[in-house]
Amino acid sequence: METIAIPAINFAPIMPEVILSIFAMVLLLVNVFVPSEHKAYLGYLSLVGLIVAGFTLIGGWGVPLSAFNDSVVRDNFSIFFKGIFLLTVGMSILISDQYFKREECNLGELYPLLLFATVGMMLMASGTDLMTIFLGLEVLSVSLYILAGFNRANVKSNEAGLKYFLLGAFSTGFLLYGMALTYGATGTTRVVKIAEYVSQNGVVAQNPMFVIGMLLMAVGFSFKIAAAPFHMWTPDVYEGAPTPMTAFMSAGPKAAGFAAFMRVAIIAFPSLKADWSDLLWILAVLTMTIGNLIALNQDNIKRMLAYSSIAHAGYALVGFTAGNAEGTAGILFYMLSYAFMNIGAFAIIVLVGKKGEANNNVMDYAGFGTKHPVLALAMAVFLFSLAGMPPTAGFIGKFYLFSGAIKAGYVWLAIIGVLNSAASVYYYLRVMVYMYMKDPVEEFDWMKLTPAVAICIIIAVVGVLLPGVVPAFLLNLAQQAVLL
Amino acid sequence: MVSLHSYLILSAILFSIGTIGVLIRRNAIVIFMCVEMMLNSVNLTFIALSKHLGNVDGQIFVFFVMTVAAAEAAVGLALMIAFYKNRESIDVEDVKLMKL
Amino acid sequence: MLGAYLPILVLVAIAVIFGLCSLVFSSLIGQKKPSVVKLAPYECGCEPVGSARERFSVKFYIIAMLFILFDIEAVFLYPWSVLFKRLGMFGVMEMGVFIVILFVGYIYVWKKGALEWE
Repeated sequence: METIAIPAINFAPIMPEVILSIFAMVLLLVNVFVPSEHKAYLGYLSLVGLIVAGFTLIGGWGVPLSAFNDSVVRDNFSIFFKGIFLLTVGMSILISDQYFKREECNLGELYPLLLFATVGMMLMASGTDLMTIFLGLEVLSVSLYILAGFNRANVKSNEAGLKYFLLGAFSTGFLLYGMALTYGATGTTRVVKIAEYVSQNGVVAQNPMFVIGMLLMAVGFSFKIAAAPFHMWTPDVYEGAPTPMTAFMSAGPKAAGFAAFMRVAIIAFPSLKADWSDLLWILAVLTMTIGNLIALNQDNIKRMLAYSSIAHAGYALVGFTAGNAEGTAGILFYMLSYAFMNIGAFAIIVLVGKKGEANNNVMDYAGFGTKHPVLALAMAVFLFSLAGMPPTAGFIGKFYLFSGAIKAGYVWLAIIGVLNSAASVYYYLRVMVYMYMKDPVEEFDWMKLTPAVAICIIIAVVGVLLPGVVPAFLLNLAQQAVLL
Repeated sequence: MVSLHSYLILSAILFSIGTIGVLIRRNAIVIFMCVEMMLNSVNLTFIALSKHLGNVDGQIFVFFVMTVAAAEAAVGLALMIAFYKNRESIDVEDVKLMKL
Repeated sequence: MLGAYLPILVLVAIAVIFGLCSLVFSSLIGQKKPSVVKLAPYECGCEPVGSARERFSVKFYIIAMLFILFDIEAVFLYPWSVLFKRLGMFGVMEMGVFIVILFVGYIYVWKKGALEWE
């Protein structure tokens, strides 16, 4: 009975995941042993965890490393995305405390769940085996189902959780079947080996099992990034979920979905790029157009931003369709700036909102500009960035995405993107019109701006304006991080 | 000797039944059972392919799918109970507070 | 060949002896205060006779949920135990980590009071 040779174990590529998991488990235990009046510290403790995890990320830049039999990798691509996730979660935690206190649902489980969700997102970004990607996706999704339904007493939150759960599990089925068929056609679940197999056996592209597998995986990922026509769950879930969780869901998991989708499409099926692009441009056009058109007609601001987030996934898909260095770097840059501008906007929504998810309509912003000029200015910056106007990060990101598409020969796709972007200005401006040009209908019931929320808004404003004015540094990072 | 094709066809049929069930059923628990059926048909695919290809990756995948399905079941039941407490129903027709 | 079955035979013998001992000794030593409920056939805390369409208490769902979660983890123990000797010290440590993570969950569930019936 000979012993099995254990391959060398290197924890370096998954160090942030390990740290966050440990923090999450400690928080879980602290949560049950510490009396509830000290729960606020859980948030700070989780922020410490995020910062520690962030430090372990930095050292890996430019030093690719894969481990666990090539099932995870640490490359610039995964590090860039992990940075986005840490930022997203950190900012969401900053706005959570105030919101959940107001909703009287200040449960300590929030923080471990958010950290577990981060671990899942990180595994998705660094997984190079369909198994790791699937596990990451599920760790993320299961945490998100709970987070969406976190406000147990609120019926809308219940609905959001239940709906997200049913549709999420449904889409997981498709993704998994796609993975199974791809495994059957290529005989492996390692992303790199799949690519090797496909390049050596070109005939596999005619194998129906392989083609269906690829398509089903695309369907599964499209669900996760909320691309039309698989976007149906998004508005309801985003509207019903607690506002800080909506902020988190619209930025983090979407970026994670893109990371995994890109890893699989670009690394595993490079020789089938033409087929992928045909599929992707249809998704891109549908997603942009449907998202923007329906957003025009929304009164609930959370729901409006939900449709806007669908549209933004569409812009990112334009860069994905292009598939060149500009396009993919554009996606990385855009996902980062989208995190800043969207969570910033949601921070303001948290402030304006009232108990029981009230005061979330666009009309409720009437007179906000005169009552709270500074906050309104911040909101205006976020909305300008979402609309893609200079000098904001949103403009630079869109510029890169569309110029990538033009370079790849998709001029008409870029034109559709720009037209969509122009249409979107209407619904973002509408909020601003209410903020600055209408008289307040009722008093803003002024809840105090806690330091945590203020910090979040400041980070977001800086994150939107700085890359908008001097984009070189971040663009440079994004270009170093592309997978090609 | 049952051929690989029989297994794949069986699992495709099971997957389709699960999918149709999700689309036409109205009770959240039944919908979830249909999703479980989809996942288990994928498990069957994995096992059959793993045997056919002579490599264990597929079988390992099945372990994880089973674990994930259990975690989803636990979370799903919890969400349904929370929904039921507020609404006295788990019919998805009643999941309609938010519409256009 | 048949010698390989000896441990199983021993196990069967122990099981039979243990069962018999429990019955015999409890009937010899134990106190007997029979009541209607006690003499009814045992059925996991439910009424043994009545409508089969009765609703279950929601408390069963929580127990069932926890059972599923902790039960399914056993699928990882089976392949591990088959290869236990060949994995050496590494296997022990890996499974130790796995069990510790499960144990954290268990402590959480326990302290939350999910295991209390009332």
